[in-house]
Amino acid sequence: MREAAEALDVKVWRGNAHGGGYRSYSVPAQESQTVLDVVTWIQQHAEPTLTYRFACRVGMCGSCAMMVNGEPRWTCRTHVRRVLDGKRLEIAPLRNLPVIKDLATDMAEFFDKWTGAEGVFHPTATRKDAIAPISPADPMRQLANEAVECINCAVCYSACDTVTANPSYLGPAALNRAWTLQNDERDGAYAPRLRAVSADGGCFNCHSHQSCLTYCPNDLNPTASIAGLKRLSSTSFLRRGRTR
Amino acid sequence: MKAKHNRDPLRIASLIHRISGLALALFLPLHFYVLGLALNDAARLDTFLRWTDYPLVKLAEAVLVLLLSLHLFGGLRLLALEFLPWSPRQKAYAAIAAALSFFVSIGFFLSAV
Ligand code: SF4
Ligand code: SF4
Ligand code: FES
Repeated sequence: MREAAEALDVKVWRGNAHGGGYRSYSVPAQESQTVLDVVTWIQQHAEPTLTYRFACRVGMCGSCAMMVNGEPRWTCRTHVRRVLDGKRLEIAPLRNLPVIKDLATDMAEFFDKWTGAEGVFHPTATRKDAIAPISPADPMRQLANEAVECINCAVCYSACDTVTANPSYLGPAALNRAWTLQNDERDGAYAPRLRAVSADGGCFNCHSHQSCLTYCPNDLNPTASIAGLKRLSSTSFLRRGRTR
Repeated sequence: MKAKHNRDPLRIASLIHRISGLALALFLPLHFYVLGLALNDAARLDTFLRWTDYPLVKLAEAVLVLLLSLHLFGGLRLLALEFLPWSPRQKAYAAIAAALSFFVSIGFFLSAV
């Protein structure tokens, strides 16, 4: 990588659950530099104790999300030049999640909500059974396909104002996952999952303002998935609990 | 750590929907009270109706019509979003809902003065 003469004016949030604040660093600008590169440069050259999370660096694992200039981003796939505000870059831990230290947030509640939404596959067959043939043309399979490529990065969760206002809201990622499973005919927990996503904190809390869809790095549409759940729930109510 | 999508049109649409809903909830009891007057106490209703001749009151009524139509058209957009197949043109629909509401309330105001 060729080093450009310019320097970036980077502010990074440092602290822990009890509070903290921004510290400034001057980071050399480079070609094709990602936000994660900037954070790594700071840790290697200026602030060895800086804490942050990443693993794959190619947009697969979902561990590197942070707030970048006020917006949630997967930092390993976010090019600095696309988010730079002048020369300014402000990096903070994901919103809507408790901070552990610096840029690392506690994801426990995020994943607890996945199980809360029954975002878990309940098999109906054993390994001794034949593999269920599911045609890619099957309408249910197509609905699931549109929502299935989630990397659990919590970007949508962090963008969602309903989560901010109501900490018990399950949030876009968990509900999106529940929607894919409601469209999986091999799954055996349709009814309990419908109850889980229709309960307090479930899909009916969603205000459809689409921030989740705006920011999802994988171009998923949790708003549409949640609308799908609302539809399933309302239809089941109208049919007095008879599902499917 | 503030998110900066505060000015997103759909977020504003959701805010307007809530605020108009709340305002209507506050207004409706008054509305039914006046309707009640029409049934029970014609003289007091007349006093009230004379009072509604004032331009400022007319303006306030037009604002109420605006709130009502914002809530109605915005609500129709949400129902369509939730019960019809997904459409990516939500911002356009929200804009149409707002335009219709202003159209209706300005129409109401002009016909009232
Ligand atoms: S559409 Fe629903 S899930 Fe998405 S950001 Fe808004 S409230 Fe959250
Ligand atoms: S839905 Fe998108 S933004 Fe949300 S966790 Fe999955 S990949 Fe990340
Ligand atoms: S490090 Fe794996 S998604 Fe960014």
